[in-house]
Amino acid sequence: MKPIYLDNNATTQVAPEVVEEMVPYLSQFYGNPSSMHTFGGNVGMKLKEARAKLADLLGAQPEEIVYTSCGTESDSTAIWAALRSNPDKRHIITSKVEHPAVKNLSEYLSQNGYRTTFVPVDGKGNLDIGYLYDHLSEDTAIVSLMWANNETGVIFPIEEIAAKVHRQGAVFHTDAVQAVGKVPINVAENHVDMLSLSGHKLHAPKGVGALYVRRGTKYAPFLLGGHQEHGRRGGTENVASIIGLGKAAELAADHLDDENKKVKVLRDKLEKLLLERIPNSMVNGDVAHRLPNTTSIAFEYVEGESILLMMDEFNICASSGSACTSGSLEPSHVLRAMGVPFTSAHGSIRFSLSIYNTEEEMDLVIEKLPPIIERLRKMSPFWSQTAGACQISG
Amino acid sequence: MWEYTDKVKEHFINPRNVGEIEMPDGVGEVGSLSCGDALKLTIKVGEDQRIVDAKFQTFGCASAIASSSALTEMVIGKTVQEAQEITNEQIAEFLGGLPKEKMHCSVMGQEALEKAIACYLGEPEKIPEGNLVCECFGVTDVQIERALTEHSLKTVEEITNYIKAGGGCGKCHEKIEEIIASVYGTKTDKPPQPKVLTNIQKIKLIEETLEREIKPALKQDGGDIQLVDVDGDRVLVKLIGTCATCAMSQVTLKDYVESKLKELVAQTIVVEEVAA
Repeated sequence: MKPIYLDNNATTQVAPEVVEEMVPYLSQFYGNPSSMHTFGGNVGMKLKEARAKLADLLGAQPEEIVYTSCGTESDSTAIWAALRSNPDKRHIITSKVEHPAVKNLSEYLSQNGYRTTFVPVDGKGNLDIGYLYDHLSEDTAIVSLMWANNETGVIFPIEEIAAKVHRQGAVFHTDAVQAVGKVPINVAENHVDMLSLSGHKLHAPKGVGALYVRRGTKYAPFLLGGHQEHGRRGGTENVASIIGLGKAAELAADHLDDENKKVKVLRDKLEKLLLERIPNSMVNGDVAHRLPNTTSIAFEYVEGESILLMMDEFNICASSGSACTSGSLEPSHVLRAMGVPFTSAHGSIRFSLSIYNTEEEMDLVIEKLPPIIERLRKMSPFWSQTAGACQISG
Repeated sequence: MWEYTDKVKEHFINPRNVGEIEMPDGVGEVGSLSCGDALKLTIKVGEDQRIVDAKFQTFGCASAIASSSALTEMVIGKTVQEAQEITNEQIAEFLGGLPKEKMHCSVMGQEALEKAIACYLGEPEKIPEGNLVCECFGVTDVQIERALTEHSLKTVEEITNYIKAGGGCGKCHEKIEEIIASVYGTKTDKPPQPKVLTNIQKIKLIEETLEREIKPALKQDGGDIQLVDVDGDRVLVKLIGTCATCAMSQVTLKDYVESKLKELVAQTIVVEEVAA
């Protein structure tokens, strides 16, 4: 049975067009793009095409693209590059709701000779921009902020912040892994110095990512090795995947309109009807500044893993905001930073759609989920107390 | 995705004895909303001290619900004395095992049963003995010691998996380490306390480290380093020879020179380059 896949912020289906484009480079055209012979050189030409397509999606120049192995490598490359090429600066600014790729590196750096400022967010997940500007100083080497949050979809005003940071003389990096292909991005018209993206979040395969580096930005390679990527990232190119990412970028540019119309309509329907049919449920995050494909819904008094496993019975794939790993039943750092109360944080579910989802799939989730929540609530000792309390007051 | 046994899945999807007995003979409640899981167990006891009915309400993950369901099946038909003998391991065994990170779910079941029986017997609510160690989940040193010896646990992580202590803010990890050390009579390998150095001592130590450890390594590549000044924890240096023109000099400075000085002089050292 085909899954009802609503976990596209975790990873996406590789587009069939992308697979088709890749296959010859996994089989007959196996040459090394750096080779002197035509057999390898032709592969190099194909990589050049792919690079141009990805650059087009971002409004960048092809030579401003550095291919990496994933979003995490892109983030690490960007942050280390800024620190190593600005050795007199010892300060980093990031937010409290970043992906672990940036969060854990920032925490590591803060224990190893650097100062790190973690900018807070409000209850809707919006960044405290005043706090950021107050902490921006001449010592700030890099400001790294996600374009859109992976759990709530909340979008930060990256272009506005980038301009200010850039004027201050610090490097501005954005982890745009969740934003690329879902919201319009044009680096030619903003002041973003470096931008990370990941292939598998936009219908390319896993194991390929890219870092946009604005021309003129001071840079130091993260992976030292051969001359690949103009010496900015050593290692033989992941040829087929890079070609796949090029195709995916081309498709993303074509689909951007669909994301914001078709996908958004489906997401809005799913969200509206779930909220209507399930009492004590609410959306996490600012609904006005959000990715078109994401909704994080809190179902009070039930626990996320139970919801996911019951949905799994119907082959519905989503993810939960809380990770019930070991005894530390910690809700996600994103929801905690937003101050989402425990009553709802533990029962938060993220649905993230793609252009491959259909209205029938939404209808099925809208049909199946309310009884699941009801069942779990009937089992929950807190629900009967709450329901009882409601009857008395009502 | 957790590797749950078929029996865990089956008890999760079709839990037995969900609900609350009206006019119960015993009630046991453990956990809370903020903890992320909670269980309310109600029991009915017959004339011959036999548990004739048990029902549960659980907020929590799949294994918490399955453990509660299993618990009710296990206690119905047993005498109170027999039920008192049930351990959390037996609950886990009944389900064909639980992932180790989820053992606390079976502990929650056992604790709720203990409380429900105490309630039935009219015993006063047991206040956990000992001093509070984990404030997040209200676990005392005596409970940790008991878990260590009864389940032969060895690490903080295992303690967290079993009784959740240390699973919240993490402030108590050091205390738990101490308890583990005292129970097993071994000393934990604590890093030696950093010595407080006077400025003179620090500068001397930095010089020695540069001479003994760092310079020889740089010289192999035709480079050298010169100490310019020490300002608190800031160590100002000048790179000489091939190092001065090397594109990788910043990497050398941070990843080699600084980390060596951190290791051998003080963790707080920051190395900075002054213009040649």
